[in-house]
Amino acid sequence: MNGLIEQWIDWLPSLVDGLGVSVQLAVVSLLIGLPLGLAEALLVASPNRIVRWITLAVVEFGRGTPTLVLLYLIYYGLPSQGLVLPAFGSAVVALSFMTGAYTSEIIRASLQAVPRGLVEAAAALGINRWGTFRFILFPEGIRIAIPALMGFAIQLFQTTSLVFLITLPELLSRAYSIGSTTFQYTSVLALAGVLYLLVTLPSGWLAALLEKRMGRHLA
Amino acid sequence: MIPLDVLGNAIVMTVVITVSSFLIGAILGVPLVLLRTSRFGVVRVLTRALIDVLRGVPPVVWIFILYFGVSSDVIKLDPLTAAIGGLGVISCAYLAEIYRGGLLSVHAGQTEAAQALGFGQVGIFTRIVAPQAFRVCLPSAATYGIGLLKDSSLASTIGVAEIAFRATAQARSGGDGITPFVIAGVLYIALSMPLAYLSRTLDTKLRMKVSV
Repeated sequence: MNGLIEQWIDWLPSLVDGLGVSVQLAVVSLLIGLPLGLAEALLVASPNRIVRWITLAVVEFGRGTPTLVLLYLIYYGLPSQGLVLPAFGSAVVALSFMTGAYTSEIIRASLQAVPRGLVEAAAALGINRWGTFRFILFPEGIRIAIPALMGFAIQLFQTTSLVFLITLPELLSRAYSIGSTTFQYTSVLALAGVLYLLVTLPSGWLAALLEKRMGRHLA
Repeated sequence: MIPLDVLGNAIVMTVVITVSSFLIGAILGVPLVLLRTSRFGVVRVLTRALIDVLRGVPPVVWIFILYFGVSSDVIKLDPLTAAIGGLGVISCAYLAEIYRGGLLSVHAGQTEAAQALGFGQVGIFTRIVAPQAFRVCLPSAATYGIGLLKDSSLASTIGVAEIAFRATAQARSGGDGITPFVIAGVLYIALSMPLAYLSRTLDTKLRMKVSV
């Protein structure tokens, strides 16, 4: 047992650095992916049929394809078209694309869940379309969307573990490389698991708490 | 181009991984939900912690723990078993929570009414609560199944020759890094369609028969 703890203390600095990369990747992908998701949610509702169909195809491809395949598509695919991105860049592109697709569905459903009466009231008050969106639909919709978006963010953080495939030194790839030199796979992967839990568990509790809070005024 | 039989085998492998791990999860989820809703507080808390841990660690980490860790320390596992085992264990946690949601959605009045009518414990569960809970669980379970189909691609990381694995091999040997992965993506979407369709039709049918 003492040996295990000493090992873990030895490995911890490298793994914590890796965790930092994982968190960074998740945050950057959210920062790009969320506005993308909002744009896609609005374009899917566009009156122009062609815009609607193209957006729908993009969203369905992003949601229906495994993230691993998206990641490979960008990491191996773009260079063959002459566009070479660093590993972090490829990971951000793939994860933001996937974030946009998933969150667009969450945002679309939330915007639809805003009571129609609010929109009608805005129209009755003479507020124009943009004003209705800016001051009524958007703030109310986002409030409804937040618990689901938090749930997605936790999922996305877990998904960052896939980028070890394109040799980005995040948590899992560091754990794996320690495992391959020491052959203590179980021990080092368990420690990596614990580090993932340190992020996912508290955020899960926070999401549940927020959901309760947000639900209070709606109930 | 990949020979058709190789492609066929890859698709079969993806389906085998998805279906087996879903079945493991669907079966193990039952005892897990019973423990999760146990009368004893300690059992409930411990089960909830187990479910949280299973769901809080990325699937690929579980697969690695089974394939690289357990396989070298305890018992030798081939890649397919490790992949199915890893995904199955995670599924049982997710499905137990889906079951729990379904059970909670059946109004307590239903159980009370059945008791008043003289149903036994087992009868209440199998004839009153379970059919209604099943109706509520079905869409979420189908959504989870589709997610699992996509997660089955993780098996490629430990060398199971399923769709993503074949696509990677093709991309590495052919120099075209786009087509194999686009085809793989379309295949996954195509595989998920019948599942979504089945879930929708079954849901509509059940809605007419059972209302919650």
